[in-house]
Amino acid sequence: MSSLLEDPMVLREIIMDHYQYPHNHKLTDDAGYHQVHMASESCIDDITVQSKINPAGSIEDVRFDGVACTISTSSTSIMTELLKGKSIAEAKAIIDEYFAMIEEQPYDPERLQEAVAFKNVSKQANRIKCATIGWKAMKEMIEEWEKNQ
Amino acid sequence: MLHNRTMQSHPLVYLDNAATTFKPQCVIDAVVRYYTEQTTNVHRGDYEISYQVSEAYEKTREDVARFIHAEPKEIVFTAGASASLNLVAYGYGRKYLKPGDVILSTEAEHASNILPWFKVVEETGAKLEYIPLTEDGRLTLENFHKAMHEQVKIVAVADITNVLGYVAPIEEMTRIAHEHGAIVVCDGAQSVPHTPTDVKAWDVDFLAFSAHKMCGPTGIGVLYGKFELLQKTDPFMLGGGSNARFDMCGNILLKDAPYKFEAGTPNIEGVLGLQQAVRYLENIGMDKIEAYEHELKAYAIEKLKKLDNLILYNPTSPTGIIAFNVKDVFAQDAAGYLNSKGIAVRSGNHCAKILLNVLKTSETIRASLYFYNTKEDVDRFVQACSEITLENCVGLFF
Repeated sequence: MSSLLEDPMVLREIIMDHYQYPHNHKLTDDAGYHQVHMASESCIDDITVQSKINPAGSIEDVRFDGVACTISTSSTSIMTELLKGKSIAEAKAIIDEYFAMIEEQPYDPERLQEAVAFKNVSKQANRIKCATIGWKAMKEMIEEWEKNQ
Repeated sequence: MLHNRTMQSHPLVYLDNAATTFKPQCVIDAVVRYYTEQTTNVHRGDYEISYQVSEAYEKTREDVARFIHAEPKEIVFTAGASASLNLVAYGYGRKYLKPGDVILSTEAEHASNILPWFKVVEETGAKLEYIPLTEDGRLTLENFHKAMHEQVKIVAVADITNVLGYVAPIEEMTRIAHEHGAIVVCDGAQSVPHTPTDVKAWDVDFLAFSAHKMCGPTGIGVLYGKFELLQKTDPFMLGGGSNARFDMCGNILLKDAPYKFEAGTPNIEGVLGLQQAVRYLENIGMDKIEAYEHELKAYAIEKLKKLDNLILYNPTSPTGIIAFNVKDVFAQDAAGYLNSKGIAVRSGNHCAKILLNVLKTSETIRASLYFYNTKEDVDRFVQACSEITLENCVGLFF
């Protein structure tokens, strides 16, 4: 892993940057998208995640929008970047690594790239749901896609 | 009560008292004593300890009645303020409201004093109308007057609101409501623990509150109702203890209020804990508690006003609730920073989701004081608030 992603100052900047300038932060009405609205998990965060998965099992696009805190917004923004263009199998592997990291289990930082910025989130345990809200939405959509195959 | 407690390796500053409060030892002892020395059911044993517990249970009704200036037979024990408000909505509202009738409320109400009325409206064909609030979220007599009309049958309002802590002119409102033939259902969850309550002087028809917000146990609360209204109200549920007799044809003779509402074995430990909480607050004096919280709030506002990174939403409300935001920082991030300094506050929309239309912000942070908070607590809170920036909030994770 690049040593840059081990520098706390860099990781902090990554979170702030994805919060202030979130990537893929616009919903679409185009056909072929599925979406999950995440609003019931906590009192505050209210986000919608959309994804377009083609019949070959490749994730063509991931986007999101909504009102949420820095951790929810930036973790979801990074998730959209990481999973876009991946196959379902690759995406599932990345999601598993991410949840392993959040749960303080061994994980592969190479697979997670910028998402390693959230490796300490369990220090503020009440924020774990913020760091996972967008990821859970994506997981749900992948499971839904698999069920329909 | 907060002595020696820590959070995130700092001494705890607990400023979430509008959510729930800490318990004095006398309340904890009463709950434990019931299980260690007094375990019996109430109202049915022919033996000494059952008699003693039944006496203490009924004595609590007298203590609560004295505390809010009511009669013991007007005190119904419930699971809390939400249960009390639902009991009025279902047992009274659903029974008597007709299509065209109006329930009048405000956008500052807690979900517990709105959602049951949504349901009543759906089932009876009555309508829900809102008294317009002022720009800063207050309920004024003038606006109430304008919103009142002959179709209004129920006025459902909190006398102190849970987000902004403004005090409604409840006594005058009740007089006006009665002139129009409406009854007043008052949500006292945020007022009874903090200010003197006098249901006789206010002349409200129903008043709901929870024990856990006033140093008592969770799962127990009170519905006050004027006796003749309680007699007209249907119970939520039926069962042992609520009936005088019944036969195989389905004829039931219910007991009088309040007993007809207390079917099943009640929350005895909760009632006994509530009794101690009431006596504890009485010993301090509700007027003293009110004055102290008012002074502490003013002290906090004076200091918070000097911080240019804050937006204060209710600097002039007289009670211990402080609603604010940190500029350019999401409420939950700011609350997370305060947590890291051992300070407990609540971020969110505080179960009064429609108020956001008035405040024009999706979220706020709420710090809420109680009599056991000190100026030192406020100082630490203000200091931590002054440090909140986006960088510091994200910095918590590294």
